[in-house]
Amino acid sequence: MALTGIEIYKKLPKTNCKECGVPTCMAFAMKLAAGQAELSACPHVSEEARAELDEASAPPIRSVTIGKGDRGLKVGGEIVMFRHEKTFYNPPGLAVLVTDEMDSAEVDRRLKSFKELEYDRVGLLLRADLVACKSTSGDAGKFEALVKKVQSEVEGGLILISEDAGVMEAGLKVSADNNPLIYAATSDNADAFAKLAKDNTCPLAARGKDLNELVELTQKLTGAGLKDIVIDSGARGLRQAFQDQIVIRRKAIQSKFQPLGFPTITFPCEMTDDPMKETLIASTFIAKYGGIIVLSDLNGHSLFPLLLERMNIFTDPQRPMATTAGIYEINNPDENSPVLITSNFSLTYFIVSGEIDSSRVPTWLLVFDTEGLSVLTGWAAGKFVGDAIGPWVKKCGITDKVKRLKLIIPGVAAAISGELEEELPDWEISIGPREAAHLGAFLKQL
Amino acid sequence: MEIEKIKYTGKVKEISIGKEGKAITVGGENSYPFYLFEGEMPHKPKIAMEVYDSAPEEWAEAALEPFKDVSGDPAAWAKKCVEECGADAIALRLASTDPNTKNTSPEQAVEVVKKVAEAINVPLIVLGSGNAEKNTAVLRKVAEECDGLNLTLGPVEESNYKQIGAAAIGFKHTIIANTPIDINLAKELNVLLGNLGVPDGSILMDPTTGALGYGMEYTYSVMERDRMAALTQEDEKLQFPMLNDIGTEVWKIKEAKIPEKEEPKLGDAKKRGILIEAVTAVSFLLAGSDILVMRHPEAVKLVRSIIEDLTAT
Repeated sequence: MALTGIEIYKKLPKTNCKECGVPTCMAFAMKLAAGQAELSACPHVSEEARAELDEASAPPIRSVTIGKGDRGLKVGGEIVMFRHEKTFYNPPGLAVLVTDEMDSAEVDRRLKSFKELEYDRVGLLLRADLVACKSTSGDAGKFEALVKKVQSEVEGGLILISEDAGVMEAGLKVSADNNPLIYAATSDNADAFAKLAKDNTCPLAARGKDLNELVELTQKLTGAGLKDIVIDSGARGLRQAFQDQIVIRRKAIQSKFQPLGFPTITFPCEMTDDPMKETLIASTFIAKYGGIIVLSDLNGHSLFPLLLERMNIFTDPQRPMATTAGIYEINNPDENSPVLITSNFSLTYFIVSGEIDSSRVPTWLLVFDTEGLSVLTGWAAGKFVGDAIGPWVKKCGITDKVKRLKLIIPGVAAAISGELEEELPDWEISIGPREAAHLGAFLKQL
Repeated sequence: MEIEKIKYTGKVKEISIGKEGKAITVGGENSYPFYLFEGEMPHKPKIAMEVYDSAPEEWAEAALEPFKDVSGDPAAWAKKCVEECGADAIALRLASTDPNTKNTSPEQAVEVVKKVAEAINVPLIVLGSGNAEKNTAVLRKVAEECDGLNLTLGPVEESNYKQIGAAAIGFKHTIIANTPIDINLAKELNVLLGNLGVPDGSILMDPTTGALGYGMEYTYSVMERDRMAALTQEDEKLQFPMLNDIGTEVWKIKEAKIPEKEEPKLGDAKKRGILIEAVTAVSFLLAGSDILVMRHPEAVKLVRSIIEDLTAT
């Protein structure tokens, strides 16, 4: 059974040395209890206490890192079944497939897509994470050449795919320093692959024919001393694969069943020949518990929706999402363009800026810091109010950009127009529509 | 290896919508969505295709293209959705009744509803505009004048549930109870509808749908919480099938409309729009949706094939 923060605290050194990166032992204990830290971060805990705490402090699903440095990808580490119960921590890694028999121009195109398809959104950089290099030829030299090429051209972690230990060894020879994921140990090659993973200290994926075989396999691998394991139940039909994801997560989290307490890897690229459908299969694994999702190709039209879904599902529901406060120029405004103000709740910002954008009316949008609250909630909480907004409008720099000082406030905050007139005597305060959907019509009438 | 199964104590109500002979049934599931190893989903989720009461003006090219030949004729449009795309139901959106657009009268709305109902052999869902006040007058009139059509009417909100609810009871229509992404408000509106006398068999829930990248996760989690309460906490007032109004929400976001020329990194505009709609739909299927209101025929086809695969035997 999991221990509480207090129970864990009793076993810690209680020196508040801060070497774990947390200010006090108590705070560290709380993080351990929540599965947000690992005991190995504490250099002073006694061996005896370590043994007692190890089991209780490890998250029920191990977190495994693939790759290194900035582009190292951490997967697993989840502690709940539903995001509203707390949050999901580590978004699944999206991988693109290349093979050693693929035309080199095609490999180049995929790697180019991997590098170029990046999207900036509310300060988050959305992009694919991994390149999966697969040996289809069975030739060690060809595989080595492919892995070498991919590694030299892209940053980001690698997955090496072959079940032949000789071929895998050739791939590892040129990439082991980069901490790639080895895919996959099976019941036929487990000993050789366990050795490869150990010798190269790389994470290892295990694939069973079904969950039962997978459990035997991970027990064997952990018995051989391996810890960083990623698991594949082997199912390639959607119903079974979906069910396996749920069963694995439930076994790990609710039953603390360690043989399945690892992040998963899924292969939409092997589940259909239709690229559109492949995207939807991938979308089911983003929502339901995929750790790594291997795609056959990367295109903006399919990758972008998946990245949005991943961003949504892995947004922390405990914290409102906020946009940076400031002046936003939409449709190239000039000194005569209207000035609108709204809150910095991301959703509000997206919807308001989207409506202005599609109206094609050049507009200045002021985004005011309400600490991520919507306009109405911000108003009720005393944040979207005259004596806060007034001084900010004066100093934010908008007065240097426009001639006509007219500020349009959201219809739902009409109540603050009087206060604002007092705070901003040089400005004319006008009330906009209550709903963002009516902004286009409103702006066109101005 | 033994799989620990969840003990579900509740079940979603089975609700039939549409006229006798044309009706479909939704709901009845007694486990989380598609958890078929521990429960049943006697009725697969259904897809209703949306039809506008007049030619839409600001639709993305990709969404309009399949309906170019019928877009000014709602009856022909509806027929095409049923015959060519296999729509399980039609969701007629009375967009032109909105005072901010054409402001057509409730009488004109009734006329369109009757025409569309006559043209199709599947259930008809009638959706108002974005104006709750006008919806009260329009949906009430539609309910009264379309006796015997067994329509499904929405969105019915806290502000207008009495007027529309009373008419729906009198003329035997189903109601779509819409609340702003909140489990408590959803429950409260269902209680109010019950107190008013709306039978349990005539209520669907609409949790308010956020598009991918625009608040999808809020809807997603509220739906998961609704289902958790309905299935494991025996919260009877949340045991209604859920409907998500997806097409209109997703096709209005910037990224579903912007041409590839302007944003090359977003790829092919048509495929992108279809996938944004379909990925949103799949997300809500996994959160418990029973009826998806969708727009693009290709997105409908893709989502249907995912439903088939998730329920394959």
